[in-house]
Amino acid sequence: MMKKGLLIALVLFMAVGTANAQGVLGGKVTGSFQMDMQVSREDTLIGSQKVAEKFLSNAFANILYTNGDFSAGVRFESYLNPILGFDSQYKGAGFANRFVSYKKDFLEITVGNYYEQFGNGLIFRSYEERNLGLDNAMDGAKIVAKPFNGITLKGVIGKQRYYWEDVWKTDNGLIRGGDLEISLNELIPSLANAATRLSFGGSFVSVYEKAASDYVTIADTLYQRQIPENIGAGAVRLNLSHDFSNSQGSSLNIGAEYARKGQDPNAINNYIYRNGEALYLTAGYTQKGLGVSLAAKRIDNMSFKSRRNEVGNMLSVNYLPAITRQHAYSLMAMYPYATQVNGEMGIQADVMYKIKKGTALGGKYGTDVKLNYSRINSIDKQPIDPSQTIKATTMGYTSDFFKVGKDLYFEEINFELGKKFSSDLKTSFMYSYQTFNPIASGHEGEPFVYAHIFALDGTYKVAKTSSLRLELQLLLTEQNYGEWATGDWIQGTLEYNLSGRWFAAVTDQWNYGNANGDKTHYYNVAVGCTFNTTRVQLSYGKQRKGIMCIGGVCREVPASNGLFATITSSF
Amino acid sequence: MRKTLLFAFAVVFSLGITAQEAKIPKINVKTLDGKSISANDFANDGKPFAICFWATWCKPCLMELNTIADLYEDWQKETGIKIYAVSLDDSRTVTRVKPLVNSSEWAYEVILDENSELKRAMGVNNPPHTFLCNGKGEIIWQHAGYAPGDEEHFFEAIRKAIVDSAISKQ
Repeated sequence: MMKKGLLIALVLFMAVGTANAQGVLGGKVTGSFQMDMQVSREDTLIGSQKVAEKFLSNAFANILYTNGDFSAGVRFESYLNPILGFDSQYKGAGFANRFVSYKKDFLEITVGNYYEQFGNGLIFRSYEERNLGLDNAMDGAKIVAKPFNGITLKGVIGKQRYYWEDVWKTDNGLIRGGDLEISLNELIPSLANAATRLSFGGSFVSVYEKAASDYVTIADTLYQRQIPENIGAGAVRLNLSHDFSNSQGSSLNIGAEYARKGQDPNAINNYIYRNGEALYLTAGYTQKGLGVSLAAKRIDNMSFKSRRNEVGNMLSVNYLPAITRQHAYSLMAMYPYATQVNGEMGIQADVMYKIKKGTALGGKYGTDVKLNYSRINSIDKQPIDPSQTIKATTMGYTSDFFKVGKDLYFEEINFELGKKFSSDLKTSFMYSYQTFNPIASGHEGEPFVYAHIFALDGTYKVAKTSSLRLELQLLLTEQNYGEWATGDWIQGTLEYNLSGRWFAAVTDQWNYGNANGDKTHYYNVAVGCTFNTTRVQLSYGKQRKGIMCIGGVCREVPASNGLFATITSSF
Repeated sequence: MRKTLLFAFAVVFSLGITAQEAKIPKINVKTLDGKSISANDFANDGKPFAICFWATWCKPCLMELNTIADLYEDWQKETGIKIYAVSLDDSRTVTRVKPLVNSSEWAYEVILDENSELKRAMGVNNPPHTFLCNGKGEIIWQHAGYAPGDEEHFFEAIRKAIVDSAISKQ
């Protein structure tokens, strides 16, 4: 099937290329490349395991051909063998992705592999996070139609990628979906430049997965269990914004999306038959120098995969955004929060403000102040049978929609100050207080972690295009979390950038409260260079065991000690 | 089969190099107020313009765009450059984009690429990644990453693009 697909792609590609008046010569080829290489050795102090292969590497190459309204591309991937933290099922090499796409009049047709998202992704999102080893690309066909200004229709059909499996030979679910979005201001010409803008949309997704006969004995009688083979999900959404057209540039916006999913007993929800539900609300107000945003979310039994027995990060049909801050400082990201797909409700608030220049606090350049708060709790769950816990093959539980569950999963308050002292010196300071329930990372029964985390960051331009950057971070906690995060941490980084081309950095992350004592230093030395779009980076040192998260999806990264090199390039 | 495919791409690739500069692909993105536009329609009245990929969670991106924000007025006066700041924030962090842009008082054209479609189509590995296009929308310069001082190289490239486009118009 894969080969056939490639052949079709190639024929189409050649046909269009030669039929076009410009010929193949008129087309453009672009692409990107990334290669990661790792050599790691055993280090019992930090828990770094022996790597039998000694050398590990991941590589990706994207090649894209565009000729007017026609485009085609392939992605070659190799994991020989996968670098630490990537699933061993990635082992191998080949064309992981290929597609052909054509736009004509109001239609855009794509065959082969593609990515797409409906609304916020609550019922459908196909995407990739290469650095997480996550790719749920669809293989099939997609049509996007814009019959009128302001109306967008999308239709998708296909199966999702699962490592190197030939998806057409597996029983993984077939996904069918449609989405309609109406933008009132684009549809009605007289509203084109109105201060109030309204758009709404709706989507539907259905997954078909064959179910094997399954029998269950209840009171000495054998019953056949009804496993739904078609699982449907629907969502409606709305976006409203208003521009006050004043000198402050004030504007207000509100967004809402509500999704429901039919009976879907699966490995993640413990095979219960309860319907799934998700609500995501956002609101924001901004004006010059000020921004406020609020988000609220409630998720109830919304794990949605195209294989009912899958438990990992792969084969997710939907995407449930985590509404906690995504941190850039490594110690702030020590206890990352991942969305609890079986049930959570939470809020997040952000206030960003620029203290005006020329004031006492603003100084010559103004001061940036950012405040962020988030809190996520469980949802209320009452087992159907009060004498039992939530039991497989039943409706599971009932839940009061507005009642906040008693378990706190995560709470954080943080603030950040950004201050420019001169055109050569810029600094920022950040403080975060986090309350983390290990259950949110699957560590049941472990005590809550309370941590104060500080970060100070300064960049000084030593010459027109050269700079020095110093970063200090401190994490204080009384609790231990897992074996890799016991006691307090301190981190220092010194980085030197030379004429925007070369850089060198030294980092030491010291877990000074660790039982292993003063030896637990995670030092790292890195050098690199950038030449236009090509970056080469080489580092040597220790990497702590931890969790790496992007967009609320996380993977565990094992400890390593050794050499790491990355090459990225685009053309 | 794979060899054939590789060969085909090698041929096309070698031809492609001799062709003109790559243009911006026709990918649908959204403006901050929700209007749907094609990246192919990015323009600056026939003058060069730039595209900067960034995200609210990317520190070097914020450093780059904050630095340029202070210089933007001067740059525009001298060269008439326009910058499209394409955010890669997905539904988790996209609500932070508008507050951040307005509180930072950025004057860029802010664009949302929520599912990284434009990022993939333009061959961007990681943000920040900056492209400079001539008046015809052809990519004439690009740079990955940001270190303080890179804005000087960027501005040099902008100046050169303005001169080149003035020559090609004569």
